[in-house]
Amino acid sequence: MDSSQAVYDAIKEAGIDFIVSLPCVNLGRLMEMVEEDPTIIHVPVTREEEGFGICAGAFMGGKKPGILMQNSGLGNSVNALASLFELYKIPVLMIMSHRGTEGEFMGAQVPMGKATPMVLDALKIKYFNPKKPEDALNIIPEAWHIAEADGAPVGILLEIKFW
Amino acid sequence: MKRIDAIKKLSYELTDELVVCNIGFPSREMHHVKDSPNQFYMMGSMGLASSIGLGVAMSTTKRVVVIDGDGSVLMNMGSMVTVYNQNPKNLVWVVLDNECYGSTGSQCTYASSFELGDVARSIGFKNVFSFDLNSEFDFSKVLGSEGPVFVHLKVEPGNADVPVIPMEPEEIMDRFIQTIRE
Repeated sequence: MDSSQAVYDAIKEAGIDFIVSLPCVNLGRLMEMVEEDPTIIHVPVTREEEGFGICAGAFMGGKKPGILMQNSGLGNSVNALASLFELYKIPVLMIMSHRGTEGEFMGAQVPMGKATPMVLDALKIKYFNPKKPEDALNIIPEAWHIAEADGAPVGILLEIKFW
Repeated sequence: MKRIDAIKKLSYELTDELVVCNIGFPSREMHHVKDSPNQFYMMGSMGLASSIGLGVAMSTTKRVVVIDGDGSVLMNMGSMVTVYNQNPKNLVWVVLDNECYGSTGSQCTYASSFELGDVARSIGFKNVFSFDLNSEFDFSKVLGSEGPVFVHLKVEPGNADVPVIPMEPEEIMDRFIQTIRE
């Protein structure tokens, strides 16, 4: 099964209808699919933290928001995740390309790659690591249910080998 | 004009608009002038007022007014190009510019060194209103314009002596969401 197709199908199954994005090489195909889908509002943003602000507003307006980003963007968004999402109890689905993991060709990606799970832990954000496209199909809709039930962000970390 | 006087003028013209109000004293002053379930008060995430406002504007047909500050805009200037490109017809973005970080002790920002309204014009915003300290601020004309509207209003530094907002964050958001759904 195609990895991008699996994540796209899972996002649709979850009912996500509002997506902000910043690219990663591994998210390219998925971003195209989201852009082409007339039932999803897609907002490319300039920085991930900005994207989280837009997602918060979209949730207040009745949407089910998600963000597509590289894990580096998590570092750019820590304050928004704490002082907006945790404070007001706002759900969002965070689909993250997890660079700096096994198979990484670029050494520069490794420090943030290693820090990523610890940053999520520090923020008490639940996250999942689907290893195969079939896993993503099941895990992503469940992750969104948890986000809605908890009123909190939930992360999906997609390592290099996933793609 | 003091910021709270600008907020009073603005508040007087509001009817059923949704308002996203910036962190710190701007929210406290807004709450003190006139509280309403239509108003979302930020208690954190400095810089994201316009982003939250854009998300709300893109999810509803109601008119959305963002009350922002110069220090906060400088923290998230990319939002100006995102808002312009998304082109929300129902968004009015008001920047109350006192050229300082008013809620932390009035340390200077760089806002005195350039014209924020000119930045908006150069990005492509069609409806940009610039008011200096001495100009008459007519908010009814602003509210009647098609979005995205960018308003740059110079105000004097300093905060009004108003209390903190006696509401929990969830309470602020829940009633705001109820208002949107009505």
